Amino acid sequence: MTPLYNQLPQQSVSGWGQYPKMESVQIAVHSKRKIRELFSETKRNGLDQYGLITRGLGRSYGDSALAEQILHTEHLNHFMQFDADSGDLTCAAGVTLADILDIFVPRGWFLPVTPGTKFVTVGGAIASDVHGKNHHLHGCFSEHVSSLKLVVASGEVMSCSPQENAPLFHATCGGMGLTGVIVEATLRLIPIASALIAESSYKTANLEETLTLFEEHDNATYSVAWIDCLATGKKLGRSLLMLGEHESREEAVKEEQSQESALQAHKNGKMNVPINMPSMLLNRYSIQAFNTLYYHKQTRTHQTRSVHYDPYFYPLDGLHNWNRLYGKNGFVQYQFVIPKSAGLVGMSRILEAITRSKRGSFLAVLKAFGPQNQNYLSFPVEGYTLALDFKISPGLFEFLDELDRIVLDCGGRLYLTKDARMSEATFKQSYPQWEVFQEVRSQYGADRLFRSRQSQRLGL
Amino acid sequence: MQKILIIGATSSIAEATLRLYAHQGAELYLLGRDEEKLETLANDAKIRGAAEAHWAKLDVNDIDQHASVLQTAFSSVGTFDVVLIAHGTLPDQQACQESIHTTLRELNTNAISTVSLLTWLANQMEIQGYGTLAVITSVAGDRGRQSNYVYGAAKGMVSIFLQGLRNRLASKDIQVLDIKPGFVDTPMTAGFKKGPLWAKPQTIAQSIVKAIDKQRDTLYTPFFWRWIMLIIRNIPEFIFKKMKL
Repeated sequence: MTPLYNQLPQQSVSGWGQYPKMESVQIAVHSKRKIRELFSETKRNGLDQYGLITRGLGRSYGDSALAEQILHTEHLNHFMQFDADSGDLTCAAGVTLADILDIFVPRGWFLPVTPGTKFVTVGGAIASDVHGKNHHLHGCFSEHVSSLKLVVASGEVMSCSPQENAPLFHATCGGMGLTGVIVEATLRLIPIASALIAESSYKTANLEETLTLFEEHDNATYSVAWIDCLATGKKLGRSLLMLGEHESREEAVKEEQSQESALQAHKNGKMNVPINMPSMLLNRYSIQAFNTLYYHKQTRTHQTRSVHYDPYFYPLDGLHNWNRLYGKNGFVQYQFVIPKSAGLVGMSRILEAITRSKRGSFLAVLKAFGPQNQNYLSFPVEGYTLALDFKISPGLFEFLDELDRIVLDCGGRLYLTKDARMSEATFKQSYPQWEVFQEVRSQYGADRLFRSRQSQRLGL
Repeated sequence: MQKILIIGATSSIAEATLRLYAHQGAELYLLGRDEEKLETLANDAKIRGAAEAHWAKLDVNDIDQHASVLQTAFSSVGTFDVVLIAHGTLPDQQACQESIHTTLRELNTNAISTVSLLTWLANQMEIQGYGTLAVITSVAGDRGRQSNYVYGAAKGMVSIFLQGLRNRLASKDIQVLDIKPGFVDTPMTAGFKKGPLWAKPQTIAQSIVKAIDKQRDTLYTPFFWRWIMLIIRNIPEFIFKKMKL
């Protein structure tokens, strides 16, 4: 029998930001049949009064994978089909991006889109509709998913794609797990000749220069800027802009000497933060020192190097549980996007507000987004996005409310995957398709079964 | 290329282990009860790099079936470098205390079935003249405790059987590996609250592959269980019997 809410011990669970925490029961599922049984027993026992949400590796920062009942997909982790001509991979939703890289990089394939950590599941990547450093050219993760399978509230397994059950597909991609349980997906991998990335980095003096460089290099496959968010005045927005291209076999072989090592997958990092660090460790001064050092680490205005995909895409994966550096009270990650039209002026306003507050972020990442896709709740719109970490501290939420107002004023919005605190009004104003999303949910009975702490906060 | 036979292939530890062998390009033969799951595992193994992945149904509690199913496996693949026996259940101790039928059923699943499989396999490996017999038992088999002595007795029986087998086959160059995991986070233990002593099946699998490569006799996994069990085995009985374990 499937274990039920009242038969399992509760555990304190949180997102990657360790804020907020909540007591909930953990239910691991092993097959579509088990999920179906769980749904019918949940309803029969009146347990649908409690929220139920799917969770992959728990890398969303806030409360989007928190509910009284959490359904874990880690055991749904099988590869099902691979077409070595097209690169089409069908796999269960609990397969991780790390797993895909491990198996397919040595055969010359790579993820079409990857976020800043490889420790996410395919299901989670779809539910968050994650983006990467190539968004300006290749869009979000879901744009490379040709079809997926979803267990809806009735227990039925629905196939959906941009052609089949399209509204359900567009609600599910970016839908934060609120339409059903994603159990399977087909995505198209891209061919690579080398595991190395040719990185080219530019040091910029201010925000204007940074944004101009993004424009100039809009044909680069990968681009992202690390921004010194504590620099003020004329230096406001000074950055290191990093571009990247997959290396050709010739380049890689020249550097690595052999063909085999040219396609070496990542190794598992050994470094770990074993316990929560005192939150004092990350203070205004240490963050300022880090930012200044990081900016000056590159002395020339332009330099190139060859780097393995692992440190290039996933610099923080090398340090397991790095979130503990922020201490036991946790942190929030604040990621917003503002449309291109708001551009320099809008971004300057926000950066000025941040520097004024002296609430620096250890890592602040700026990126230019390409066009928006058709999914109802996908985050990216054409413009600029900035992601910042803020340690939980007195006055932080008031300050973030203030930032929300500027972001809304610029016509922007916040990323649900990072969010732990925005208001219902802010959400509904900035995600105008929320009503279409709700209609699709209620059509499939999802609103009565799938609820996260986030969805309840946002009035979904 | 290694050829690996796995019995109870749908168990979490077996699955994590077969993935490591698949990644190395081995040829796999999977036996288990859940045919749908076996097919899923075989498919997954092939995509991960297994040269081949066969599967067949085996209900370990149907002892009459053992010889023919094993014979089919050996006939179709020829020889096996490694045979891993991984099936098992975690009995409800209270239910066993209340019913001898439950106790006997659990002893059958966790001990008698394994003895039956090993009897056939030991003879076959002896003819083959090389290879590894690896069996997952448990640290619970090292000493009887009130919380799970039916499970402990079953696993302890298998461990002693393996000791004898190792003694018999040592001169024939056949490795007999007794794998004793501690607490492992698997569906079998879904109802337990997990603490720092709990390990992931992937960690256990890595240590199993390593112990097979190194021709070890007994593997406590994770490693610290060797020391924990050393202490537990050496507590004098007059004290031990009063402990709540």
